[in-house]
Amino acid sequence: MKTTTRVAKVSAATCTAFTLLLTSCIYNRQSAIDPAGPQSGRIDTLWWSFFWLLGAIFLIVMVLTAMTLTRQHRGFEQEPLEALHKASEKTEARLRSVITGATIVSIVILFVLIVASTVTGKANSELQNKKNPLTIQVTGTQWWWQIEYKMGDPTRSLVTANEIHIPVGRPIQIRGASNDVIHSFWVPNLNGKRDLIPSRITTEWLEADHPGAYRGQCAEFCGLQHAHMALWVIAEPEDKFNAWLEAQLQPAASPRTPEEIKGEQVFMNHACIYCHAIEGTPAAGQSGPDLTHFGSRRGIAANTLPNTMGNLAGWILDPQTIKPGNHMATIEVSSGDLQPLLEYLESLK
Amino acid sequence: MRASQDIYPQSVDVERDVEQLRNSWRHPRGVLGWLSFTTHQAIGTRYIVTAFIMLLAGGIEALMIRTQLMRANNGYLGPERYNQIFTTHGTTMMFLFAVPVMEGMAIYLVPLMCGTRNVAFPRLNAFGYWMYLFGVLFLYWGVFTNTAPDVGWFAYPPLSGPQYTPGKSTDFWAQMITFTEVSALCVAAEIIATISKMRAPGMSLNRMPLYIWSILIQSWMIIFAMPAIVLASSYLLSDRTVGTHFVNPAEGGDPLLYQHIFWFFGHPEVYIIFIPALGFVSAIVVAHARREIVGYTAMVLAQIANGFIAFGLWVHHMFATDLPQIGEAYFTASSMMIAVTSGVQIFCWIATLWSGRPRMTTALHFVYGFIAIFVLGGLTGVMLAAVPLDLQAHDTYFVVAHFHYVLIGGALFPLFGAFYHWHPKFTGRLMNETLGRANFWVLFAGFNLTFFPMHILGLKGMPRRIYTYPPGMGWDGLNLLATVGAWIIAAGGILFIVNFLWSRKNGEVAGNNPWDADSLEWAASSPPANYNFEYLPAVTSRYPLWAPREQRGVVTGLATDRREALVTTLMDAEPHHRYILPGSSIWPLISAICVTIGFAGSVFNGWYITWGAIISGLAFIGWFWPKRPLEPAHD
Amino acid sequence: MKLTTVRNASGLAICFVVIACQRQHQDIRPSPTQLAIYGDAAKEDALRPGGPVSPQPTVNNPYNASAYDISEGQRLYNWYNCSGCHANGGGGIGPPLIKQHWIYGGEPANIFDTIVKGRPNGMPAWGGRIPEYQVWEIVAYIRSMNGEQPRSATASRADMIQPSPQTLVNRTNDQTK
Repeated sequence: MKTTTRVAKVSAATCTAFTLLLTSCIYNRQSAIDPAGPQSGRIDTLWWSFFWLLGAIFLIVMVLTAMTLTRQHRGFEQEPLEALHKASEKTEARLRSVITGATIVSIVILFVLIVASTVTGKANSELQNKKNPLTIQVTGTQWWWQIEYKMGDPTRSLVTANEIHIPVGRPIQIRGASNDVIHSFWVPNLNGKRDLIPSRITTEWLEADHPGAYRGQCAEFCGLQHAHMALWVIAEPEDKFNAWLEAQLQPAASPRTPEEIKGEQVFMNHACIYCHAIEGTPAAGQSGPDLTHFGSRRGIAANTLPNTMGNLAGWILDPQTIKPGNHMATIEVSSGDLQPLLEYLESLK
Repeated sequence: MRASQDIYPQSVDVERDVEQLRNSWRHPRGVLGWLSFTTHQAIGTRYIVTAFIMLLAGGIEALMIRTQLMRANNGYLGPERYNQIFTTHGTTMMFLFAVPVMEGMAIYLVPLMCGTRNVAFPRLNAFGYWMYLFGVLFLYWGVFTNTAPDVGWFAYPPLSGPQYTPGKSTDFWAQMITFTEVSALCVAAEIIATISKMRAPGMSLNRMPLYIWSILIQSWMIIFAMPAIVLASSYLLSDRTVGTHFVNPAEGGDPLLYQHIFWFFGHPEVYIIFIPALGFVSAIVVAHARREIVGYTAMVLAQIANGFIAFGLWVHHMFATDLPQIGEAYFTASSMMIAVTSGVQIFCWIATLWSGRPRMTTALHFVYGFIAIFVLGGLTGVMLAAVPLDLQAHDTYFVVAHFHYVLIGGALFPLFGAFYHWHPKFTGRLMNETLGRANFWVLFAGFNLTFFPMHILGLKGMPRRIYTYPPGMGWDGLNLLATVGAWIIAAGGILFIVNFLWSRKNGEVAGNNPWDADSLEWAASSPPANYNFEYLPAVTSRYPLWAPREQRGVVTGLATDRREALVTTLMDAEPHHRYILPGSSIWPLISAICVTIGFAGSVFNGWYITWGAIISGLAFIGWFWPKRPLEPAHD
Repeated sequence: MKLTTVRNASGLAICFVVIACQRQHQDIRPSPTQLAIYGDAAKEDALRPGGPVSPQPTVNNPYNASAYDISEGQRLYNWYNCSGCHANGGGGIGPPLIKQHWIYGGEPANIFDTIVKGRPNGMPAWGGRIPEYQVWEIVAYIRSMNGEQPRSATASRADMIQPSPQTLVNRTNDQTK
């Protein structure tokens, strides 16, 4: 008896806790159950239907299991079990038919679930037939994201990093590629994940319903800094997006203040240029993130830190403490050079 | 000890036969003798003890993982150490604990439950154990010398390739697989042979205990699944050590090929771990609900179906790799089918408990815990089988929660239950029931506290295998909860160890059959003699010890002055011929050492393959050298 | 019996630990001592660079025999475009690096100086441009090309994606359409 109530209590508490935790304190930055697009919306609906249906099944099974502990339910006919170790034929037959019934019910339920899942999958793949898609290539690299906007017109193609801006209501085709190991592109508020596999191109479609900033994170183990490989998807109204795009297509702003001018020289005279490119300057390295509009981005080191001057100083001086094992070189920047360099980089809006 | 003597016929000279059996089954003395044991009780015990040490190691690693993730931006472990530890945790638990412990239990229990004297190939059995032990030492040699693998227990290329993971760590990992494979295949072969040909007369296939069925299915699965992982790890190893390009995308190799092969093994692996555990559950339910199982045939068919379907759903680990939709639908359907076959078994157990007279022992507590946890894990498995849900939950903490529910709930809880159930048979003493119940409740509470929040963490976007996370993601509280839970699990583990040590000295003396259970192992003395039974039992029903006394019998006439056993036919277990089991031998150990030299050395230099093959060949010649002309069996 | 198990197992374990190696160590962060000797590692004769040197170079590569750093060196070798002139060690515009005879000396310290100071006829001076620890990593990698690193620390082959598996990309493009 005691155990029964305990089991019942545990399952009831479990269910309540789960529902509460899921519905109350949802954090909407990077959540699969706070949809911001049609894709993730459908998955969310599917999830809750699975949750309630399977949750009900779980409760029923738990109640039945707990009931086996209570004396009055022991055997339909209260047979003398100890001697024979089996119930009467009648009881056995009834048990067998109950099991058969339960099995048939579970087959039917599973069939419904398969249909629901397939229909959702199909509906989600319909997006690729929608008109006027925007193609963005996302290339995973240890441990940051290279973003390329493929505009059809080569002069208007844009390379940036760790931040994707998309227009609301327009289908986005993500072309996934990888420079080294397998990564996985995942922005849960918009859609499920898609692996980025070297030597292959994978595709994923997504769309945002309403403006907002949605966080994504690499979801396939990719080495030392797998934990610090995040990106932002910023959904904006069409006109705002176009303005952003035009600004990004410009070469880097030339330095204006003497500090910034000195900073540019510091950049060009250090190892920075071997890995980073700044459009409109001699810096054309391809191994690291493009810094042409670095100052306009939200984060540094694949969004390990917010993009502030202080964080940037720490990052340049000692990248291996912030993100141990990353491929940014530890370079020596003299104290007089650091502030101009920071000013210059942050001026690249 | 002679409780079943009343069923012996009048004609036998029990005193003389027991004397002779003792002599012919006596263990050799000394260290060298200790290394030559081939009885299944000794080898089984060694497996179980080694595997539990590995459980301890894996558990400590789990605690380190949880301690690191206790709060955001924690500095307890750096990324390289964290990666090493989660890889070692997964590898230890899957390859060095879960599979070997199930094999160890099988080695101990199968000959007893089948009513025979030893496994079919005792020396192969010893060889398998030594290979497993050397695999353990090989991997942990790496761990203790800062060469622990750090690419995950799945070691996906190209991350596990020589460029992205330089050094020897991944080679250690890949070669450790080979050790455990050899060991697992040895055990599978001898278990299949033992079950097929050495069952007690009368134990036809439809009278086999459900545990024997489950371990038979598991062994067949090992035989079909393990070659796939040998292939995968060999691809990886030869890519790394001799520069082949099987799975190297830069040269036209295919990293997805590796994933397919790995999961063609990796998914059945999960079933290899929990199908024997389902057998434990059946045995415990029958013994402690004190009635026959409901739906024996359905149970057997469901288990066989499980075994087959297990090979048809590996792709649900790869839904995120952009596969064609039609294939995804197939794998969704096959993944959900597992829920039906597992469901049938759950229904049968519940029906058995429902219509039985359950005795709430610790073992049965663990079965109830198993049902609660395993059903929940199974249902989240159904969710993960749906492609759209999987694309969100894949590689998040939701999956971590799911497979810990399935594997801890589905394998570890039944294993603990089985330990409480069979401990009196292993040692002759019962474990303490009060401590046992405390052990169960602490484990159960700690388990749910640890892993339940992980479902929510996964839905809230926390990916797996990250060594840290930023604050403000809404993950902090749940992670702290999970860490507290992990420490409670550790407390449960300590209770188990305390109970085990206490019971060795102070446990109640059990007698042959403390639970009044049904299967043949309870007819042997506790702990069983090296020869198991004075006279091999004969069987007339599915529950031999519950049969009326007049229906129980024994086999007489087998030679007792040598290690002789009875071979019976496959289907009906009719006596067929006598079989002389080999005795103690040091050669399995010598052979295992030679093979180890080849395997371990080849990680550093390919020539070791050649030298290892030559010395192993010599060792095998020594092993199989005919010692004396085979005498004809005297009647 | 249990005691014997423990004794045997622990004895074996200790043996394994004792004969183990440390090649796996990943020295992620350059330590200050490694930065101190940036400069003339080989103490070479200014008139006859790379020739018979006096005194003999005594500076050792801090990253010798370290698998992690050799692989880092390999990555940097491509990132800094050493491969542009030296290819994958076979040479092209620049001399081959897989060889017996070195113009400016083949000791680690000599190679270090060659990279840092540059050499006539095209080898640029990298000193002051790339950090010193990375030079040593590249030196370690170049030494590994000639089999002068322990086998156990050297990768059997490159895994780096070579530029343009274009055919593969095109093929997958077609499939996705």
